[in-house]
Amino acid sequence: MTGNRLQAHAVTLRYGERTVVQDLSVTIPDGSFTVIVGPNACGKSTLLKALSRLLAPRQGEIVLDGANIRSLPTKEVARRLGLLPQTPLAPDGITVVDLVARGRYPHQSLFRQWSATDRQAVAEAMAVTGISDLAGEPVDQLSGGQRQRVWIAMVLAQETPLLLLDEPTTFLDIAHQIELLDLLAGLNTAGRTVVAVLHDLNQACRYATHLIAMHKGTIVAEGPPSVAISEELVATVFGLPALIIPDPVTGTPLIVPRNPVRRGSGLTVPADVLSQDGARP
Amino acid sequence: MNRLQDVGDGSVALAMAGGRLSVRLSRRGLLASGLMLAASLVFVLLSLTSGDYAITPGDVVRVLAGGGDDMLRLVVLEWRLPRACLAVVLGMALGISGAIFQSLTRNPLGSPDIMGFSVGSYTGVLIVMLVFSGGYAETSVGALVGGIGTAAAIYLLTWRRGVDGFRLVVVGIGVAAMLSAANVWLIRKADLQVAISAAQWAAGSLNGLGREQLAATSFCLLLLLPAVFVLSRPMRQLELGQAVAVASGVLPERTRLFLALVGVALVAVVTATAGPIAFVALAAPQLARRLSRSAGALLLPSALMGGLLLVMADWAAQHALGFQLPVGIMTFNIGGLYFLWLLASDGRK
Repeated sequence: MTGNRLQAHAVTLRYGERTVVQDLSVTIPDGSFTVIVGPNACGKSTLLKALSRLLAPRQGEIVLDGANIRSLPTKEVARRLGLLPQTPLAPDGITVVDLVARGRYPHQSLFRQWSATDRQAVAEAMAVTGISDLAGEPVDQLSGGQRQRVWIAMVLAQETPLLLLDEPTTFLDIAHQIELLDLLAGLNTAGRTVVAVLHDLNQACRYATHLIAMHKGTIVAEGPPSVAISEELVATVFGLPALIIPDPVTGTPLIVPRNPVRRGSGLTVPADVLSQDGARP
Repeated sequence: MNRLQDVGDGSVALAMAGGRLSVRLSRRGLLASGLMLAASLVFVLLSLTSGDYAITPGDVVRVLAGGGDDMLRLVVLEWRLPRACLAVVLGMALGISGAIFQSLTRNPLGSPDIMGFSVGSYTGVLIVMLVFSGGYAETSVGALVGGIGTAAAIYLLTWRRGVDGFRLVVVGIGVAAMLSAANVWLIRKADLQVAISAAQWAAGSLNGLGREQLAATSFCLLLLLPAVFVLSRPMRQLELGQAVAVASGVLPERTRLFLALVGVALVAVVTATAGPIAFVALAAPQLARRLSRSAGALLLPSALMGGLLLVMADWAAQHALGFQLPVGIMTFNIGGLYFLWLLASDGRK
């Protein structure tokens, strides 16, 4: 057994009676920026939910530091593993600093509701995410990019060595997506293990040190992006005929779809492109 | 040694015992709480000096200091003071209960009176009156059992591998509607005398209540307050959504269940004592929230606002119109005004 902190051992994950993931094992390498990719409904968010104990496996177990995550005290887990879910809720009128401060919950108790450590953690989290100037602003009046940084600051204030994020870039424009991924890469370089579910394959390849590709509830490829990603993989997993070239900026794999449909030109997709797998026009 | 530290979000942290003990208090919330406390005191004093037997503020001070003649002492200490204090205590219980349910359901309409607990209490009372021809004590038990039973039914009907706030409100309203129908049918079946006393109970009133009830309800409230304090922090965390709450170390289902239990117990105590008193639980947390300009539910300001609303309403019910009304009728008016204000303030946005 490796010494990696977060692992899934033969987990079966279900929503009600619908099995999404069957008998899956995975290890999150310590210190990695792990990105989970895959088409819609492949089970990537479900796996992240299980890793962050939002969803209890029907079979198998999630192991954190050698112990079943369910056997550990919940606040203890919350001091080691932080999660930014897809749609967190901000109470009406809450200010930035109040929201960030709520990340300190697992470090506090009824009799110790605020300490100098709390103050420092909140200040640092806001500084790292560049939102110190927004401290007194109501969260609901911020832009999407700012709001997402506030939520990340809240998770950072939790001061967990492991950080899980479920599609953190979804509602952001391209510039803010890159800004956020740079921030996460910086956090990873500073020593945190980051696990994120991402939609964009090219972004995943650029930022991940460890890529996990999922398809129909199983892991189909795993490793550094240059090793894990191949044209066959993109074709079978996403049903997308694509060319893979080195990213001109980073040298990481760059996925270029082969089938441009030029709207309005009356042009149809060339047959030789379709014949690559024939699944999609 | 105590030390105050500015947290930076408009709240202050009070550190005691060398930092081993610390609490966070919202500055604006403290100010609002002080104001509400002062206003409550004014209305308690007003209640003591209003009425057929004329008493001046000077008399009140003399009585409270231990002086005054027997008649004066009787009216102030035995009649008017316990009732005014009872109004404050019951109002506080309603305010806390409302804050709990609004936080639990993430819905400003998620209040115990809207969700059918009082209607269920009424059903319990009607059954006691019709079947057992019970008096005050038996009616109180009927109200308790009816209210708590209704809450349990609503909770179970809402349960689908967890309890969702919005569904809780909808199921509550549905159950309330059906129980109202049952109540109407029960009253139609009742003798005139029983129907009249049932209607009196349903109006919600502090008439004839005094020291005994004050002692009993204060005792219940004191029993429930520690639970409220323990639950208030995970409650605030739950306001960030299930996922964030779990990830930060809250056990959501257990927290929700305990919150619901405490919230129901609080409103059940009130209803068993005075009958259904509507809209205080609904309006107090929202008014308190706006007054203290805070996000989410705040228990202390909600409690103080509830106390203020009910002591105000009870004073108005007794003295404002020249004839006595049950306070439950008066709080309906508070509810109406509250909704008007809500509409107006939303319209301005």
